[in-house]
Amino acid sequence: MNNTNTYNYTVVRQFALMTVVWGIVGMLVGVLIAAQLRWPGLNFDIPWLSYGRLRPLHTNAVIFAFGGSALFAASYYVVQRTCHVRLFAGRLAAFTFWGWQAVIVLAAVTLPLGITSGKEYAELEWPIDILITVVWVSYAIVFFGTIAKRKTPHIYVANWFFGAYILTIALLHLINSAEVPVTFWKSYSAYAGVQDAMVQWWYGHNAVGFFLTAGFLGMMYYFIPKQAERPVYSYRLSVVHFWALIFTYMWAGPHHLHYTALPDWAQSIGMVFSLILLAPSWGGMINGMMTLSGAWHKLRDDPILKFLIVSLSFYGMSTFEGPMMSIKTVNALSHYTDWTIGHVHSGALGWVGLVTMGSIYYLIPRLWGRKEMYSVPLINMHFWMATIGIVLYIAAMWIAGVMQGLMWRAVSADGTLTYTFVEGVKATSPFYTIRLLGGLLYLSGMFVMAYNVWRTVAGQQAVDAPIPAVAAAHA
Amino acid sequence: MDINILRSIVTVVAFAAFIGIVLWAYSDRRKEAFDQAARLPFEEEDEGVGYGERK
Repeated sequence: MNNTNTYNYTVVRQFALMTVVWGIVGMLVGVLIAAQLRWPGLNFDIPWLSYGRLRPLHTNAVIFAFGGSALFAASYYVVQRTCHVRLFAGRLAAFTFWGWQAVIVLAAVTLPLGITSGKEYAELEWPIDILITVVWVSYAIVFFGTIAKRKTPHIYVANWFFGAYILTIALLHLINSAEVPVTFWKSYSAYAGVQDAMVQWWYGHNAVGFFLTAGFLGMMYYFIPKQAERPVYSYRLSVVHFWALIFTYMWAGPHHLHYTALPDWAQSIGMVFSLILLAPSWGGMINGMMTLSGAWHKLRDDPILKFLIVSLSFYGMSTFEGPMMSIKTVNALSHYTDWTIGHVHSGALGWVGLVTMGSIYYLIPRLWGRKEMYSVPLINMHFWMATIGIVLYIAAMWIAGVMQGLMWRAVSADGTLTYTFVEGVKATSPFYTIRLLGGLLYLSGMFVMAYNVWRTVAGQQAVDAPIPAVAAAHA
Repeated sequence: MDINILRSIVTVVAFAAFIGIVLWAYSDRRKEAFDQAARLPFEEEDEGVGYGERK
């Protein structure tokens, strides 16, 4: 097929398939460490399988391998189709695929070996950091190069979100990963003390804000209108949504450091900006959901739309919970408890996971020239397995977290602590079992997805869609 | 100049810029351009519908 007249779907197909593969790997590790918390013997006294090494492997795999591959696939697909041009620098795009996979494999090897810089969500050591930088700069060149040669007069709002995510992640990675190499596999942060902590959580919270939020909002702004077959509810609101997120997210990081050595005023700024964040978050959620207004019936029999819309419900829930938890007095109860884990997973499994799955179910048949997935009932089954799994997971962690917070702060009349720490652990253990069940259900859903994807693409010829002749539609 | 005065100015300017963006986004003269942009995802044939099964 003539390359110049078609979209570059090859790299989209590669990333879309790897999203499913890495989803299974990352969630499998998550299920294993959830089981380890309930039955610590499951590390079999093998250092490589110890909780402390597998936990960063889990977070890196689900965020950067599963989520990252999904974002690459979605952004490359959406930018081409809304700019009406083939991806800029095709070879560089291919390099971003192989480079990113190399980063993931290196993470999967080094983290279990105990090679880590010790910074949460930025554990990978300096040689891998350099590779990430090279891949990410290539990604930016491909993405913005495509925007630059677009045939359409406007830059669709999804691309604004993808663009912000790509730029900000570059900035965050460069600043937070500034480090002094000591040996090939060991480095130390360029910052010290409370400055180091603040840079780390400026990075950490904006990784949530720009990787797990802005990037996936880009997905939301394309795939919900497409699947609902109507334009986004309010384009104006989407513009305000975009700029409000950009203006506020950067300042919310200090809420991760409440009641630490961070100056009190900085904690308060973090809290205030976190509270303000509720507005743009809910504005975006309402904009996505109201896109369905007048077509709510579609939700009844379209499981892909169920994935996309329920993901927004979880987005709304976790972006209400987040600002609430950033209030210092609430944080005094919630911090260091499993409530935080529940909050993160309501966002990760509910928002990021479901919106990704819905988008991949939209993409896969179209990338292989089919009308729909091999089995629509299996998509529906996956939806219910995932949703019930999430509910079990987050409900268990909420109860466990609040209970832990109350037990840790309980003081007897004589001024001593009412409970020893281990009493809290014991009381938590049944909730760890429920959480494990929820996680297992969610992971099983991914296997259903993998089977469905396999049956959809096996023996099917990959198809690259033609680029429409010079923007005739602009009447 | 005291660095804190500069910081205050930056904060106020950022806030004013945001208000400006909101007014701009909701102004009448942007309506047509935004409606056009909102239709961008629908300006070409959907592969899922256009191709049918292709073995």
